[in-house]
Amino acid sequence: MLKIKNLKAGVEENQILKGLNLTVKAGEIHAIMGPNGSGKSTLSAVIAGNENYEVEEGSIEFEDEDLLDLSPEERAHKGVFLSFQYPVEIPGISVSNFIKTSINERRKALGIEKLSTPDLLKLMREKMELLSIKKGYLSRNMNEGFSGGEKKRNEIFQMAMLSPKLSILDETDSGLDIDALRIVANGVNKLKSKDNATIIITHYQRLLDYITPDYVHVLYNGRIIKSGSKELAHELESKGYDWITKEADKEWA
Amino acid sequence: MSEKKQLSEDILLEEVTSAEYKYGFTTKIESDTIPKGLTEKVVRTISAKKNEPDWMLDYRLNAYNAWLKMDEPDWANVEYEKPNYQDVIYYSAPKQKPVLDSLDDLDPEMKKTFDKLGISIDEQNRLANVAVDIVMDSVSVATSFKKTLAEKGIIFCSISDAIKNHPKLVKKYLSSVVPVRDNFFSALNSAVFSDGSFCYIPKGVKCPMELSTYFRINEAGTGQFERTLLIADEGSQVSYLEGCTAPMRDENQLHAAVVELVALDNADIKYSTVQNWYPGDKNGKGGVFNFVTKRGICHKNAKISWTQVETGSAVTWKYPSCILKGDNSIGEFFSVAVTNNLQQADTGTKMIHLGKNTKSTIIAKGISAGKSNGNYRGLVSISKGATNSRNFSQCDSLLMGDKCGSHTFPYIEVRNKSSQVEHEATTSKVGEDQIFYCNQRGIGTEAAIALIVNGYCKDVLNQLPMEFAVEAQKLLEISLEGSVG
Repeated sequence: MLKIKNLKAGVEENQILKGLNLTVKAGEIHAIMGPNGSGKSTLSAVIAGNENYEVEEGSIEFEDEDLLDLSPEERAHKGVFLSFQYPVEIPGISVSNFIKTSINERRKALGIEKLSTPDLLKLMREKMELLSIKKGYLSRNMNEGFSGGEKKRNEIFQMAMLSPKLSILDETDSGLDIDALRIVANGVNKLKSKDNATIIITHYQRLLDYITPDYVHVLYNGRIIKSGSKELAHELESKGYDWITKEADKEWA
Repeated sequence: MSEKKQLSEDILLEEVTSAEYKYGFTTKIESDTIPKGLTEKVVRTISAKKNEPDWMLDYRLNAYNAWLKMDEPDWANVEYEKPNYQDVIYYSAPKQKPVLDSLDDLDPEMKKTFDKLGISIDEQNRLANVAVDIVMDSVSVATSFKKTLAEKGIIFCSISDAIKNHPKLVKKYLSSVVPVRDNFFSALNSAVFSDGSFCYIPKGVKCPMELSTYFRINEAGTGQFERTLLIADEGSQVSYLEGCTAPMRDENQLHAAVVELVALDNADIKYSTVQNWYPGDKNGKGGVFNFVTKRGICHKNAKISWTQVETGSAVTWKYPSCILKGDNSIGEFFSVAVTNNLQQADTGTKMIHLGKNTKSTIIAKGISAGKSNGNYRGLVSISKGATNSRNFSQCDSLLMGDKCGSHTFPYIEVRNKSSQVEHEATTSKVGEDQIFYCNQRGIGTEAAIALIVNGYCKDVLNQLPMEFAVEAQKLLEISLEGSVG
């Protein structure tokens, strides 16, 4: 589904990703871990098409199509979803209005008729139940006055509503208490299917207690330096990153 | 607000496809115009054409003579070439002057015009329960729903008809809130106004429907000087809407209206405006000069609420105000003023607190894009006798791009110690991170901006009746399209 080859990208003169390779197939969950400043958030931003980041080299293919040629909204229309590390506020716009706009803009781009109000409401109710979201939430303004946990849950709610092919969860676990973490993880698990894929970007292993990844990758200094199974995450949790990063530093020195 | 209602309101918002000023057409209707220029003879001609009584002619001549001695104000933070007042046509009326009971009798061309404006009158009649008065090139051409209103004793007609049929009311209240000599433009309007709307709500009557007037300038080179007088008698209630459009023309057109509201004891008036006069093209050519005086007076326990969404006009000079004369009276002002390209606006309100325990609220939202210049100018004056009065003002500015300007000029005068005044102001820009967030959710940049702006204006748009709110939201989107480079 997603093929990243030799990706080099950064902000202005500062190269952050230095030749990253990653292949994600439908039905898989990948976890990308790594110490601070390793390029985790840059990777999610570049996949989503944030124009503050410049791609110098390499390619990103999504379902055999060059993703780098597309605008952020076109990528979204193709089914790429990013759960933001810091979701932004849009004052005065209700969650329902925002999601309705989002869904219908996508349908418009794909040449599908708009979702009718009853169908939209029905879908919203369904997904709210899935994520244990209380009534009254839909008429709140997007992320305005939301707690950290509510913001993250709102991201996952949008993911559930949009049913993307590829979801990237950028530090979705940060700032969540254990209950919120469980609810979010639960949601991700329930939304998993053989047709979609998820990339979980995280600093800590604890989210992976609830979501079982098929692959775990360690991102360091702009490259993936180690890939493995779920056990790699446990190893990182107990040993830290040093034992791998030192090796990598030696190799590059 | 319930979720369902919220959602259905949200759903009402449809995407906008047209990027241009879609009201920019002219209608081929034969007009009866007089030569341009303003002289005593012209004033007499206007009065004669309208078969006015002598007292009205005297009123006009008095205003004309006062105007001659006045200077055009230049204190507003706007720059424009002053109109040549001898180059304006002061009277233009569609030739078929219909006195209609039903809109079915309307000239088909004119009907087409209204359809283009998106005012499907028949439909509004049936569905929205809105009584409409239409003023085209200064003459009121059709007032709907007259009979239903008459049963309640409500008078809703053109001001010309009111002068003929209700002279007592007109004599008593005309210029009682905005004196003829109040300012240059009010004097000009008093001398030459050719029509407008008149409304009287009798004691204790709650008007059963929204009253609405649509103003349209059609004929080239004509000024539009409409006059609106609205009287809500004791304990009555009314909600009034006005909409404005004009065709695209290269030259500037002059619009100098006067609106007077009288809210007697315990009365409640809600006055909403969606102003979309032609703003001129991207290079600042053409567009309407909108120099308007709007003021209301509140007697005891009365309330006047102004809501305006201003997207049009090349230059706007407008300050809908409330004189809170009676004790416990309330004044409100909710405004969204958008300027784009080379538009300039100096707009705001005046809240004059005279009675005890009077309250006023001001929510003003400015949006500046392109190379435009938007100004909020507002006065809150609390007199010595207006003890225990309160005002809350919030003035927000939203900037788009780095070539526009936004200024806030608040004037606050408090002459007693028991009153309380609050003023909040913010200036913000549409954030790149907000736009990217929307993009990531599949919402393109134009649509994202429309969404963000609508959210920003929500407090004001929520004050408008639903059909109007939807129209206003569409207008905001249209007027800001292409504003992000």
